[in-house]
Parts: sequence; structure tokens; C-alpha cells
Amino acid sequence: MSASRAISVSVNGVRRDAEVPVRLTLADFLRQQLELTGTHLGCEHGVCGACTVLLDGRSVRSCLMLAVQANGRAITTVEGLAPADGGLHPLQEAFREHHGLQCGFCTPGMLTTLVEFLRDNPEPTAEQVRVAISGNLCRCTGYQGIVEAALGAAKRLRA
Amino acid sequence: MKPPRFDYHDPQTVPEVIALLGKLENARLLAGGQSLMPMLNMRLAAPDHIVDLNRVAELAYIREQGDALLIGAMTRQRDVEFDERVRARSPLMHEAVLQVGHRQTRNRGTIGGSLCHLDPSAELVAIAAAMDAIVTVQGPSGARDIPFAQFPAGLMTSALREGELVTSVRFPLWRKGHGYAFIEFSRRHGDFAIVSAAALLEEDGAGKITRASLTLGGIAPAPVRARDAEKTLAGARASAELFREAGEACRKLEAMEDVHVTAAYRRQLAAVLSRRALEKAHERVARN
Amino acid sequence: MRVIGRAVPRLEDEPLLKGEGRFIDDIRLPGMLQAAFVRSPHAHAAIKHIDSAAARALPGVHAVYTRADLLPHLATEFMVVGLPSASYKQDLNRPALAGDEVVHVGQAVAIVVADDRYIAEDAAALVDIDYEALPAISDCRAALTASAPKAHGKSPHNLLAEFDMGYGDVDAAFKKAAHVFRESLWQHRGGGHSIECRGAVAVHDGMEDRLTLWSSTQMPHAAMRLLCDMLGRDENQVRVITPDVGGGFGPKLVFYPEDVVTALAAVLLKRPVKWIEDRLEHFVATTQERDQYWDVEVAVDREARLLGIRGGLIHDHGAYTARGVNLPYNSAENVPLGYELPAYRMNVKVALTNKVPVTPVRGAGHPQGVFVMERLLDRVARELKLDRAEVRRRNLVPAEKMPYSTQLKARGGLTIVLDSGDYPKCQREALRLAGWDDFPRRQAAARRAGRHLGIGLANFVKGTGRGPFESVTVRVGPSGKVHVYSGAAAMGQSTKTMLAQVVAEQLGADIRNISVTTGDTGTISMGLGGSNSRQAVMAGTSAHVAASKVREKALQVASHALEVAEADLEIDGRTIRVKGSDVTLDLGRAARSIAGTAGYTLPGGMTPGLEATEHVVIDAMAYTNGTAVVELEVDVETGAVRIEKLVFVHDCGRILHPVIVEGQLIGGVAHGIGNALFEWMRYDENAQPITSTLADYLLITSTEMPPVELGHVESPTPLNPLGVKGVGECGVVPIAAAVASAVEDALSLYNVRITRAPITPADIVTLVAEGRR
Repeated sequence: MSASRAISVSVNGVRRDAEVPVRLTLADFLRQQLELTGTHLGCEHGVCGACTVLLDGRSVRSCLMLAVQANGRAITTVEGLAPADGGLHPLQEAFREHHGLQCGFCTPGMLTTLVEFLRDNPEPTAEQVRVAISGNLCRCTGYQGIVEAALGAAKRLRA
Repeated sequence: MKPPRFDYHDPQTVPEVIALLGKLENARLLAGGQSLMPMLNMRLAAPDHIVDLNRVAELAYIREQGDALLIGAMTRQRDVEFDERVRARSPLMHEAVLQVGHRQTRNRGTIGGSLCHLDPSAELVAIAAAMDAIVTVQGPSGARDIPFAQFPAGLMTSALREGELVTSVRFPLWRKGHGYAFIEFSRRHGDFAIVSAAALLEEDGAGKITRASLTLGGIAPAPVRARDAEKTLAGARASAELFREAGEACRKLEAMEDVHVTAAYRRQLAAVLSRRALEKAHERVARN
Repeated sequence: MRVIGRAVPRLEDEPLLKGEGRFIDDIRLPGMLQAAFVRSPHAHAAIKHIDSAAARALPGVHAVYTRADLLPHLATEFMVVGLPSASYKQDLNRPALAGDEVVHVGQAVAIVVADDRYIAEDAAALVDIDYEALPAISDCRAALTASAPKAHGKSPHNLLAEFDMGYGDVDAAFKKAAHVFRESLWQHRGGGHSIECRGAVAVHDGMEDRLTLWSSTQMPHAAMRLLCDMLGRDENQVRVITPDVGGGFGPKLVFYPEDVVTALAAVLLKRPVKWIEDRLEHFVATTQERDQYWDVEVAVDREARLLGIRGGLIHDHGAYTARGVNLPYNSAENVPLGYELPAYRMNVKVALTNKVPVTPVRGAGHPQGVFVMERLLDRVARELKLDRAEVRRRNLVPAEKMPYSTQLKARGGLTIVLDSGDYPKCQREALRLAGWDDFPRRQAAARRAGRHLGIGLANFVKGTGRGPFESVTVRVGPSGKVHVYSGAAAMGQSTKTMLAQVVAEQLGADIRNISVTTGDTGTISMGLGGSNSRQAVMAGTSAHVAASKVREKALQVASHALEVAEADLEIDGRTIRVKGSDVTLDLGRAARSIAGTAGYTLPGGMTPGLEATEHVVIDAMAYTNGTAVVELEVDVETGAVRIEKLVFVHDCGRILHPVIVEGQLIGGVAHGIGNALFEWMRYDENAQPITSTLADYLLITSTEMPPVELGHVESPTPLNPLGVKGVGECGVVPIAAAVASAVEDALSLYNVRITRAPITPADIVTLVAEGRR
């Protein structure tokens, strides 16, 4: 039985082919093999949400997936949010404007989670935003700046 | 916290799964990964083989089957959450699934995975008990149905035999207009329930209860149907006093004691949440 | 003020938002290996034998080192880090790796270095250690009884230190008091739990014989010194660099066994070595705060005026000294702060236990002192049937007495002087915003509907800006870009933006022209790093003075070159301009003109270089204060507590950046709510951790966070030219006390008294049941 497998994954719109150990987590594949270190590891047991990425547009905890499971799928990480020609995604702009980050470690997970949420809920209430990010821990901000950023981004995206 | 070594298999059909389970020693099935992956990362599980069910497309579906919903074992919790038929015909399931973890959990987690993991606090396990679900299992000697009451065999242990897997779960539905409520007590949003109560009520036009189901999750290794309370409720007229009595009957249920939560506190929650669930379920009947 | 006081966009944000931060685990070097530690599963055990043969034989494993392997390469084996105090009875310093005894679950016994972390963990599981379990001591009170097992086999007892703090004739005060009340309080604070755990990457450059350690640390210069001491190297042979840090909160100010062992592994293997702590390790190997048991009495006169407080506290120190006795010192010292207390005596016993060492977590012992005073004041109010706010009004230090000399001494020996502040005004404003006066009506209406609302308040004063200095260099480069180097360390609290603002205020008012480097011992020779809410005060002050000097010199250069008076000049971005004209001199050009040309005199008789380095010494601390008012509802049947509204009025002196200050406060408040209701690092009687994952140990999420209304009062401190006080920790300090006060108020019908933090729903159900009986 082979300890590794060939996989082909679309990451931020770019096809990546790789040979991965079968036990390599998706998070480690992104961070180590693809050198996309924006996705962070905070707990590796599915609580903190720092490792959140989008799998075919849906938020998942990449520490709880194996890289081999992403074969043939499309992943979006924080590095794939800003437009290719420069500038920031409206959500990133809103985080900057509303002080939605301090140390920045939980931020990539917050952003990917909110990208999915705002796509599905373009006019959220503050309470709905809080529920949406309740699976992402932040120790710095107390969440208020993040909630305001999400609401601000929703406005920007609707404009 | 990296997983230990294992061999990895990703079959595409149920017969392939059964064949693999038949020949592999120390194999674990990987469904949504929300329970197994943390255990692997913490090295609390050390299987020699992982059989990944995520490519077995035939296991993911939601179908209406007469007076029941048939849900494939690999159906994602998020698909249950957003299914209109579930919301309309099994609002209890809808209410419960909203409290399963967080969005990221439900995007990957599956019905079958949750049922097989049998966490004492799991919301979907409590619902299966509340609704007298029937679990269909397939194995080397064919398929068999297990009524949910017989599915848990011990703490986090199911009645699955070697080489078997759950393929689907059938949820018999309650009459249109029935009352429902799923209430859990947890420390934070999305946490496992410390204790949960699931109530289903059918009533005649005059407020008499014709059918009742009351389930406590989190007080024992498996969800407990409060049969004595249910007997008292059926045929009785809905009232605050009736529901209070039912709650007190639930206080007498045997409850687990562990380092995190005492039995006494679990029983307190059982009494309170069952009463509140019944009150809410009754309210919802009246509104329908 | 052009920049200071404004909500400028942060310099830190863009790379972090794009996932381009460089945290410790993002660093990769050619040939880098990864480490995992083998840790004790026992709270107390003798190590009989270590067999690492199977681990070493695993393909991909480069080394397994134990103490025996490292000893020949260590100049000193123990981390001697304790802050000075005359109170120590024992010196128990952490070894790099355990020798013949382990004294807490999680203590590092061996390091495995392999091609990757997966293999390293495989190998770590193969290291076979023969332990002989020994009796372990878990409870810090039991630790001080005669029959308690010794946390360390060779220790005579478990009393690490003992001291008394106080002033005035306390016993006389109690004798003449109209009322004396006694309280026994238990307080627990938990772990730091930054979302990023610890980590280190070490590389040894054999050609230059220089060791570089990247460390997710709050104190790079201290780390450097310890590495030098332990590895027998000179300062020019060791460089410590702080990458982006994903939160510090206190525990990252400590230097750890893993840091020196990882560094030594890199030297021995001649390969870069990376060690990243995972969350399970953070629970057992990173320092935390834990239990304090207080037994205190308060004496008041008939008007509820404080006459004296006396009592004792037992503090859980853990198994080693990883910082000092500063935590219980802070707690004892904080009790009287902000109030006029004529007499005080607190005995402090610091107890050893077989648990990971205790060092400061955000708030650093001060929340506990506040909790004690505020619970006592609530008790006085209850007994004397007075409004809780009124009791406080009668005892708060009034504004007209500022600066107020207490009779307490800070740990370095200086008298504590409350420098500025209007405590009654803060309380008044907080009560107004919270609708305190109307609350009884709200509470009564809720009670009629069967709901239990409560309101509580707490005041706090906290020392910030701990001295004696922080270093800052400000240098204008030949391009006109301004470079700032500081011994300060950033961990999310916007240090770079803060320093850029302070410097930009003097030099061009454009923070984008300021490049800030913090936490690199290779760029500045001295530093004390981040702790004690000190950096805006200490680094900010040095930055201000250095930038002012550079400004002065730049204007001198321009005055000489342009032949105008300095008063006629201003600096805008990279341009020095004659006010109201087109006549300019590039800042870069100014820098070049005094960089020197061989053989030519410097213009105007000036000294070389457009730069300045400052280590402004300020020994006295700047005291921040505030008032928190919490309104909440208790579900008496389940014990659930729901905070409906939280008001926080605070005074941190001059506000440098209003949005950053608010972010610090709200983050602190969230942590405080955790301490009040959720965070409990539990151990069993064998000192085995019970809460060992983030599923059991509860950090609050967005849904547990109430709406917070902030109010500001600005009483600039006279202690530094910016008038600024620290704010980083302040949000957490009064919250547990205010929540306890509110829960007690909500349950007043049941005669419930809250004498602990955290308080859980199960506790509340028990208290209500007892109260009903």
C-alpha cells in the first residue's frame, strides 16, 4: 500500500499537482507543499477555525481534512481573496477600516468564513454575523471590530 | 498534533466498501471527519487503515418515502439544514441540525458519521431517538434494519457488526401540524449540548395530547426516551402543570457523573429542558 | 496634533489581511528539520531510564537528545529568571530538559528532531521512558500542610516564598471599627491561549559562529541573554528575532526549555531546527495563571468608610519559578488601589504544586486584587444597606487629592503614587451610561415576569508603563525614509503603528514614510519587550524624544542649508519646507549632508547622522483606571448567565489612537468575561489536567460577547511627555468583579453570595438551591 498519492487540486484558481503522504492534512499541504502560509493552525482539533478555507466555495476546517480528499476539488485560501491586479477584497478593506484584526492570526479563517457567509447572506444582522463567526476564535479583538467589518463589507458588496 | 501512519482507501461504491472492510484489519471509516480527524490528530485513534466514504456518491441523498424521510448516510448536515422538505416535514430535525457545531462543521459532517460516533451529547443522535429512526446497515451478509433504540450498544459504541456500515436512515414523520421543539443547554453557541430535550406532540383540536415523544440527550451514554413521562402525556390535556410534572419525571432519570458535569446538574437540566421543550412544542401545535 | 490622536490606518494590516504575515511557523529555511518534544505524562515521577534507540532508528529521524546529551554543551543547565525578591525560600529553576525527576505533566524530557513533524511525533511515541510515579501535590492550600507530598523530592517543603505587605496600624483599625466583615474568596485565572501557540526556529551559521533564533516571544533581549548564559556565548554570537506574533498575552514573555533546546539542537546538528508548539502542548507546557485563595477581613466605620483590610492569600506558583513572585505581589498590592485605605496588611504565601509554572496572563494578578476589594465593598454595602455605588463614592480617592501617594511600594521599592485620574468621575459616567439609577425599576419589572436581572459595578486602578526604559532608535535614511528600531515587541497590539504615529508627529506626519522594526536584538542593543501594558508609555516616550531630537537636527540642517530660521520650517512627508513657500530640502538630502564626505567638514559644526537613540528612564508607573458596569440576566433553573450590556469607562491618559485603544479594551473585556464565567484550567487531585483541549477549556466566541459601550476620560499623566498611560491589559481587570457583583444582585432574592471566579451555571444552580433552603 502506497504511503503517498498523486493529487490534482485547484488552489485559488491555479491547478496544482502534487504527490502527498496520505496522512498529510489539507492544512499542511497548503502551508508546506504549496507554501501558502496564510492558512494558520491554532488547535488542530476543529475548534479555533484559524485553518478555515473554502472547498468548492464552502468553508471547512482544513486541519480536519486530508490533502488526498481535496483531489479534484477547488480550494480558496486567504491568498486567493484579493483581486489579481492588486488592491483588496471589499471584506479585507472593511477589516482594515473597522479594526477587525489585531495580531492577524485568526484573520484568514475569519475572512474565508465571512466570504461564504456574505455570499449566502448579503444583508445580515449583527446577530447573524455573530452566529456565523461563532466557530472562529479570536483572543485579541473581542469580536466587535470583526462584526462591524462584516456589516461594513456587506454594505460595500451590495453597493 | 499530526495523524499517525495509516493506509488510505477511497472506494466509490458500497460493495467496494464492504469488500474492504471484509479484508482489512483495524480499519476505520472516515465520513465527515469532524469527529475522527481530531482523534487522529490527537493520536487518540490509531487505525491501520482509513476507508474514506467521501467518494461513495450513492450514499448522499434525501428522499421522501411516503410518511418518512430517507437520508443517505453520507448526506452532509448542511444539506439537511437547507432542505425544504426537512424544514417542512421534520422541523424538529431542522431545529436540531442548526445547533450542530458551526457552519464549517456542518459543511463536512454527515448524518451517518454523527450517528455512528454516538457522542452522548450529539443533537442528531437525540433526534434519531426521538423520531424512532430506522438505521439501515449493509455488510457481508446483506442489509438489515436496526430500530434506533437498539442502535447504541454502549458508550460511543454502535450495534454495527464487523464489516458493516450504515447506508441510510429512515425518519418516520409526524402528522402535519405536529408540535416540536429541540432545546439544548450548552456553554457556548455550537458546543455539544450538556443536556438536550427533544419534544414531539400531536394533539386533537381540543388540546388533548394524542401522541408524545420526549427524549433527553446528554444524560446517559445514549439518548433516553422518557417513556414514563410519555405515557403520562398521551391522552392528557396539555397544561403547564402537566408539563411541569413531565419535567419532574425526567429529573428521576439516571444520569451520568463525570469530571466535567455532575449527575445532579444533568438531572436538573433534564427536568427544566424537558418542561420547556414540551411547552414550546405545545405552543407550536396551537399555532399550526 | 497631526497624527497622534487620530485613527490612522494600521501599518500592520495589509500583509496580515492577505495572508502574507510571517509568523514563526511560516519561516522556512533550506535544510530545516522539525522537532517534537517527549513530555512527562506524570505530574511527579522519578526518571529511571530513557531508551531512545527505537526512536533514533526510525527513518527520517536525525537525533533524539536528552539531558545527558545536552549537558556537555550547556554552560549552565538552569534558567535563572526570577525577578529579585527577598521573599524566596527556595530557588527552583527550570532545567533545559528533565534530569532524574519530572515535576509536572508536560515537562520536557527529550527532543526528537526529524525531517518533518509527522515523523518527529512518530518517533517521540517510540521513546521509552521508565518512570516511577511519585506522590503529586495538586492543591496549593494542601501543599502548605505538614503532610503534603513535596512537589520536588529534594525540597524541604512546598513554600516557595512568603512576604507581608502593608502599612498603618491595622489591628488598631480593626479594634475601633464599627463593623468588621470577613470573606473567603477563591479566584482562578487560566491560560493565555493566544490563537498562535509558541514556536522557535534556530539556525547556526557555522562560518560566523552566530546563532539566530526566531521566537514567538514578547522579550527578545531577555531571550538573547538567557541563550548566551546557557550556551556560553557572547551577545554578538546570538541574535533573537521576533517574527509576527499571533498574540502573546503574557506567557510568551517567558523563556522556555524548548527555546534553548531547539537552539542547541540546531548547533549540534548543523541544520536549522524548527519547533512549533501545538495546542495540546500549550495546555501543559506554557505558563498560565491559576488559583488564589484569599481569607480577608474589612473594617469600616459607621459611614462605610474603610478603616483597614487584613488577611492572607495563598497563591499557586506551579512547579518552578519561571518569572518570580510578581503575580501575587501585584494581587496584594492592587487591593487598596483607587480607594483611601488607612491601614492594610496582607500575608502572601506562594506555594509549589506539581503543575506547569505560573506567570502573568493579561492582567497579571491585578484582577484578583480588584476582585477582593470590590467583593468586600459589596459586602459592606449589603450589610449596611447602602447603595453599592455610594459605598464606593465614599471611599474613592477624590480627584483633588491627585497625585496621591499611597503607602505601598512597587516591587522595585518605589512608593506607589497615583499620578493622575478622576476616579469618581469615571464611576459617575459609567453609572450614567448604564442607567444605574433606573435599574431597580427594571429589576422589579423583570422579577414580576419571573426573570432575574442583576447589575454590578467594579472600579480598578492598574499600574502601567513599567520601567525602567525601552530603547528606540530613529534614523533618517538617505532616501528620506524614516527607520525606527525598538526593543519593544509587537504581538498584535499595534506597536508598529503606535511608534510610527509618535515618530511621524515629529517627522513629516506620514506614517507610511516610517518603517518600524521591533523585537530584533540585531538592530538594537537593549530592550525589555512587551508586558505590563508598557510599550506606548515606555517605547512611545523614547520614540517621542528620539524623534524630537532628530526633528531638531533636521531643522538645524535645513536652517543652515536654506538660510532661514528654524521656526520658519516644517516637515511634510519627506520634505522640509519653508512655511508658506516652495523652498524645500529633502529629508534624505538633509540626512546625506551630515553623513559625512571624506575630508570635508560637516555643515554648521553639527554632529554626524540624522538619528538618535533614546532609553528614557521612567521608574514611576502611570496608573490607568476605570469603572465597569455589567447588567445581566440569570436563568435560575439552568444557571445560565447572559450579559445584556456592559459599560466600561476608562482613563488611559492621552489617547494616541482611539480605535486601537478601543480594540485593546474590548479584547480585554472579552478575556475578562472568560475569567468571570468560562475559563477554568482544571486539574484532578493527582495534578493531572482535566481540561486539556479547547473543547473543554472555554474561550468565548462572538456569541458570548455582549454589546460593550465605552466611555473615555483623559487625565494625561505628568510622568511622560506624551501624557500617555498603558491600556493593553486594562479591559480585563474589573470584569470578574463586576460580573460577580451583578450575579449576586440578580440572585439577591435567594441570599446568594458570590465568592469565586469563575462562576459556572452548575455553581449558580447549587447556590440558588442552598439559598432557597
